[in-house]
Amino acid sequence: MTLTEKLLARASGRKSVSAGENIWVNVDTLLTHDVCGPGTIGVFKREFGPNAKVWDNTRVVIIPDHYIFTADSKSNRNVDILREFAREQNIIYFYDVIDSVNGQQSWKFDPSKGLLQRQYGNSYAGVCHAALPEKGHCRPGEVLVGTDSHTCMAGAFNMFATGIGNTDAGFVLGTGKILLKVPPTMRFWLEGQMQPGVMAKDVILHIIGEIGFDGATYRAMQYEGPGVASLDMDDRMTIANMAIEAGAKNGVFPFDEITKKYVDEAIRRNGTRSEYTPVELDTEQNFCYDKKIDLDKIEPTVAQHPDPGNRALAKELSHVKLDRAYIGSCTGGKTSDFLAFAKVIGKRKVKIDTYGVPATPMVVKQLQTISWEGISVWELLQSAGVIMTENASCAACLGGPQDTFGRLNKPLTCISTTNRNFPGRMGHKESRVYLASPYTVAASALTGRITDPREFL
Amino acid sequence: MSQPVLQKPPVVGPVYVVKDNIDTDQIIPAEYLNLVPTIPEEYEKLGSYALSGLPESIYPVRFVKEGMTKTLYPIVVTGKNFGCGSSREHAPIALGAAGVEVIVAQSYARIFFRNCIATGEVFPYETDVRLCDILKTGDIAKIDFENNTLESGGCVYALKPLGEVLPVIEAGGIFAYARKMGMIPSAKQ
Repeated sequence: MTLTEKLLARASGRKSVSAGENIWVNVDTLLTHDVCGPGTIGVFKREFGPNAKVWDNTRVVIIPDHYIFTADSKSNRNVDILREFAREQNIIYFYDVIDSVNGQQSWKFDPSKGLLQRQYGNSYAGVCHAALPEKGHCRPGEVLVGTDSHTCMAGAFNMFATGIGNTDAGFVLGTGKILLKVPPTMRFWLEGQMQPGVMAKDVILHIIGEIGFDGATYRAMQYEGPGVASLDMDDRMTIANMAIEAGAKNGVFPFDEITKKYVDEAIRRNGTRSEYTPVELDTEQNFCYDKKIDLDKIEPTVAQHPDPGNRALAKELSHVKLDRAYIGSCTGGKTSDFLAFAKVIGKRKVKIDTYGVPATPMVVKQLQTISWEGISVWELLQSAGVIMTENASCAACLGGPQDTFGRLNKPLTCISTTNRNFPGRMGHKESRVYLASPYTVAASALTGRITDPREFL
Repeated sequence: MSQPVLQKPPVVGPVYVVKDNIDTDQIIPAEYLNLVPTIPEEYEKLGSYALSGLPESIYPVRFVKEGMTKTLYPIVVTGKNFGCGSSREHAPIALGAAGVEVIVAQSYARIFFRNCIATGEVFPYETDVRLCDILKTGDIAKIDFENNTLESGGCVYALKPLGEVLPVIEAGGIFAYARKMGMIPSAKQ
């Protein structure tokens, strides 16, 4: 069996499953957030009754992260709906925006304090997919479903992880089960290692360009081969995150010492459930597609407007003039992303409006602590002209309300470390978004046109 | 072997035609995700914004007219990979709330298709015919669920039978199906 089949067989209590079967699967963790949580709760109450209890209050993880730092009253209200539900159901893992222990009962963003300065309490966790592993909720061998398409990012941790809608999530809340069709697996056999100037984002943009952005629809994307060992967990997360950008149900990596170290540290730090059993690679596996990817040969890659499969090399796009650069999101706002970005920026100044949104409060803290030649990376970026916010969230990756930090409110051309570039994704529907690695986005911010970062490294 | 047949009266009305790769941001722009679909007034509102993310430069005829909450088009005809992108259930819900009954696509993105079935908001038919190049917005079409066909302008086009998801659709969505299967208690508490 493939990794995905093994994960689903275990979770459905079967010896084996094969692609195409419809099976009921036991869910280990359900994730939801502020834009889909309230609707999920609505479905749960409508179907199971007003006094129903969730199937397991320790397995529901609620992370408000999408529309937080906005004056939009409905968005603020949605965080309050989550808080009320968490209280009613005694949900332990609710990462509230405010420290409601202080008696504060509702979240209201204060625009007079501006968008840059921290407005959250101590329990706030930031972008859910980056927060889940950081807070010790990713355990190899398990099944994670979430009301967000980028839930597939946790596949980096040798899990079956996929995005679902509110109705399915409402069902999971009540039963802990989900009806799934076992996807056929596409294998990507990684060899070699990434060359200077190349990042995991280039690898996944290369792969999506190869198979097309619906090239993995209904399928699992499994990564194997000697090249996997050269990828750290952040790299694997970046790659698994964008499985959905090829239409896949999930992306999945084997378990190794690198996974173990990351997971065990996060569990120890947070005191979350510590037992887990990874799934190992079988010698006999059936794939519907099998492709060797030579990491050595991958160059800085860009997905051009208007979809993530519209691939080109950065060096071919130097004619594309930019209005804005953006670094942030689950896939591109991790500490390692900002460090790579800062490495290219160095002591230079950005030439276009450049916005930085860390994925989690921990990223903010690390950037403010890590010091290069006497100044923090945070200060380095600020003095380069990057507009940095402490308010970690999804922010302009998906546009959001009009007052969202970094949102494209005009038909601008933007280069971004995020994961989607469909028309209107970052705001204005006539804007144009190019997706690239933090290196490429940094180099492009310095020149005002799409730039191969190897010119600066 | 005969295919199971869905007992449902035909849908007749004008079609709204869009091309390939219409993602969920175009179906319901992210700025409206502050609306909660299970709150009735917000459900209505979602309908009024259905397909409002389509660039006017490509789709000058609006799907829902300014100031209206419902669309004039009960049938959406589209190309490949409809509903790609985010998992937001707001997408099929916005279409359903606007009054869409059937979508006819060459192919769907997985989560969107699944959400159509789970919510029962719209019927996601597939076809091998590239109808989005044949039909024009405003053409009158008839969807026949018994024979799995779309009829328009004197031509009859085959739609793919809904197959393995039909039991879920027939039951009326994932909850009704699970009750029927004995997965969850038959009545609400």
